[in-house]
Amino acid sequence: MSYSPSTDADRARMLRTIGVNSTDDLFVDIPAAHRDPTLDLPEALPEVDVLRLVRGLADQNQIPEGVASFLGAGFYRHFVPALVDQQLLRSEWYTGYTPYQAEMTQGTLQSMYEFQSLVCRLTGMEVANASLYDGATALAEAVLMCRAITRRSGVVMAGTVHPAYREVAATYTQAVDVDIRTVDGWSRSDGGVAPDVEAVAAAIDDTTSCVVLQRPDFFGWVVDPTPVVEAAERHGAKIVYVVTDPISLGLLTPPGDLGADVVAGELRALVGPPAYGGPGAGMLATRKAFIRRLPGRIAGRTTDLDGQQGFVLTLQTREQHIRRERATSNITTNQALVALGAAISISALGPGGVRSLATRSLSAAHRCAAALKDVGATVFDAAPYFHEFILHAPRGGEATVDALAAHGVFGGYPLGRVAPALDDTLLVCATDLTTRADVEALTSAWQAIHRG
Amino acid sequence: MPGRRSIVASEPLIFELASSGRPGVRPPLAQFDDVDPASVLPEGQVRESLDLPEVSEIDVMRHFVRLSQRNHSIDTAIYPLGSCTMKYNPKINEVAARLPGLLEPHPYQPETSVQGLLALIHDLEAVLGEIAGFATVTTQPAAGSQGEMVGLLCIQAWLRSRGERRATVLVPDSAHGTNPATATMTGMRVEPLGTAPDGNIDLDELDAKLNDDVAALMLTLPTTLGLFEQRILEVTRRVHAAGGQVYGDGANMNAMLGRVRPGDLGIDVMHLNLHKTFTTPHGGGGPGAGALGVQAHLAPFLPGPQIVRRDSGYALEPAGPDSVGRVHAHLGNVGNLIRGYTYIRSLGREGMREVANDAVLNANYLRARLAPHFDIPYNRICMHEVVLAGTRQRRLGVRTTDIAKRLIDYGVHPPTVYFPLIVDEALMIEPTETESIESLDQFAEALISVADEAKTAPDLLHAAPSAAPVRRLDEVTANRSPDVNWTAAD
Repeated sequence: MSYSPSTDADRARMLRTIGVNSTDDLFVDIPAAHRDPTLDLPEALPEVDVLRLVRGLADQNQIPEGVASFLGAGFYRHFVPALVDQQLLRSEWYTGYTPYQAEMTQGTLQSMYEFQSLVCRLTGMEVANASLYDGATALAEAVLMCRAITRRSGVVMAGTVHPAYREVAATYTQAVDVDIRTVDGWSRSDGGVAPDVEAVAAAIDDTTSCVVLQRPDFFGWVVDPTPVVEAAERHGAKIVYVVTDPISLGLLTPPGDLGADVVAGELRALVGPPAYGGPGAGMLATRKAFIRRLPGRIAGRTTDLDGQQGFVLTLQTREQHIRRERATSNITTNQALVALGAAISISALGPGGVRSLATRSLSAAHRCAAALKDVGATVFDAAPYFHEFILHAPRGGEATVDALAAHGVFGGYPLGRVAPALDDTLLVCATDLTTRADVEALTSAWQAIHRG
Repeated sequence: MPGRRSIVASEPLIFELASSGRPGVRPPLAQFDDVDPASVLPEGQVRESLDLPEVSEIDVMRHFVRLSQRNHSIDTAIYPLGSCTMKYNPKINEVAARLPGLLEPHPYQPETSVQGLLALIHDLEAVLGEIAGFATVTTQPAAGSQGEMVGLLCIQAWLRSRGERRATVLVPDSAHGTNPATATMTGMRVEPLGTAPDGNIDLDELDAKLNDDVAALMLTLPTTLGLFEQRILEVTRRVHAAGGQVYGDGANMNAMLGRVRPGDLGIDVMHLNLHKTFTTPHGGGGPGAGALGVQAHLAPFLPGPQIVRRDSGYALEPAGPDSVGRVHAHLGNVGNLIRGYTYIRSLGREGMREVANDAVLNANYLRARLAPHFDIPYNRICMHEVVLAGTRQRRLGVRTTDIAKRLIDYGVHPPTVYFPLIVDEALMIEPTETESIESLDQFAEALISVADEAKTAPDLLHAAPSAAPVRRLDEVTANRSPDVNWTAAD
């Protein structure tokens, strides 16, 4: 039951070699009073039975096979080629570890190098690391990086950045000298909700280490960041972009062309369904000049003694196992397998595929908004959006979500969770996986709950 | 066996396999009429070019299969990296984590529609608390080092709640590098603590360094020397008496399963690496999962949301006012929580002790077999790993690096090397419980054979590896002028 292959005869032989009488003799250093506690744990289960147990739990969860889902809000469903998971099930990938011995792990190292290169091309940046825990921690590390680069403590955070990402950045910076100032970056009027990028720009001053914008932002908008970029440049502040849906990079101008110093993002959508939020993979890309401030693993290309191409973990003096308390971060284990999946997915889709998923997502969202308008709903769409839009929910966002769920539709994310002024709105997402039937289910559920 | 150059020849970069116009995998059929992006997005916001490689599906598949074959993995052969617990990853875990009902749910779908998943995580947290002896467990941290950060932040918050401010963390010189790095990330000052000749913490030095600025001692148990801290109760008692807390680095929990609960020994907070002790795969570097257990007094400070059980079912309880805050966009690496849960339910009560017994037995067996051939600075009964010193070989002009590289020629993954830092030329070996005696013998014989070669043919070691896909790599140039992003000009 423990997957140990040892027989009692093996154990007896080993004990003889060691020169002790019993296994108990190996645990004598543990204080006797606390040795061998009685654990209140269930009994061991063979494979079939444990699977039956877990399947029973899985069957209690509703999934998009049976529900029309319009949930996004930082966790997106896109088409993922079948070969991605086939690759991730290869033992040679998933049962190895960090490539400490380069000669024996060239596959992992080369794939990391390719991953970094692909991330650079997607984001328009010069260097990237080999992944962080998720998009939210990537943002936290980006903020810490900018503090180290600029030696300034101020952070201007747009309120249009994912709320959970903002919370994680606050957690990571609470004990060090960082002062995060959150500026809404949006405004509410009777006519709807609109971006206010000027307000973010106005908050930047000479104490600002970095300004953080999300693209598309949490409300789905694609805004022209020029006012923020100009203000940041004027005050010597760094510009951090957050990208929660990597597919958006197939269509939108990359952050590297918009003055980005650091790009922090989440890559899960390239690899598989949301998996209740994880494991994903955080990406962190920056300019060449800041490479020595990047946290986490980085693979580099070099040559061996014969001059043959090979790959190594590089710039390791940034890392905790060498630099200890002076490391750029404490991160060790990252999200390598998910990052590998992202590299495979991008390679299999190619530029046409990535762009097509992005365009299909944009089209689906805009057609979905139009269909909702056709049944009398109000969409707050004065600002341009990618694949998520704000739907007016006059009965209240939370109540509307509950009512739609009763009709087998996950209608969206209630934005009242971000700000009370948005209590009567829903954030609705559609992607390349959204079907006409899904939209019909949404519009008829909408009509049903607003009838009479 | 040594001396054969791998049949897996060098593999081009994915970019070099591309050909303009070559189709990739087909995207889904359009469900809706296309909307022209330029008609709905602001000017200048649509990208003009997307410079990604165009590679056929079969070439992508072959490329990554061939790359995978240039790797060592647990499913290939023994992988005795000390401190990493490279044990067999049961395949049923992978099946479980891919059940659509567990893989598909969205973080923001109604709680009533994910009761099974919430129940699983809730039960896992309870079971981990029972195994390690903690009142409350959060599974939000994505890996051990993130658990460390949460743990130290909780200690700070607890101190603040008592009107205290303490800024020093005592870290033994044998500790993992993450411990001091975490202390810095949480704004604390690191004070190193020496190791006594018997491998335990030096109690006199501990006393000398304990004062009213010490927030915590970070202690790895068993220590990175593979030894159980023999005076653990005295250590935790003294830290508590000085008003500090004891943080346990649980990377080495495998040695203790069912044998002792660290929470019973005075440890206040400890992380558990599900990717080490609880068989979630290491993934070539991740993802892991780093559950954090705390005693009751620290529970109010844990990150939110936490899963709670109410009469109406399971629910996500937002963080309370004292919480240190969220450390993940949702609930952590849920896929690995499913794998860890599947493993724990497979082991059951009976399996726990068997893991620790065989892990410790295997390590001691290797210690006994290797002792005649290598120096072992702290040579007493060890726990799940044994630390050798390549000092005898260094006198022959052979370094631990050379030994490690020569092992590669034997098809064996080298142990962790040059760690812990307090052992000269360290080789840190953790066989785990899932290796058979034949596998252990094979590994021991390879290492003994390399030790012999160090005497008779040291040049073989200096030139190693010769049977790997590449020979030793130029790390100096890689560091000096980093090439980390391929461009066509290369």
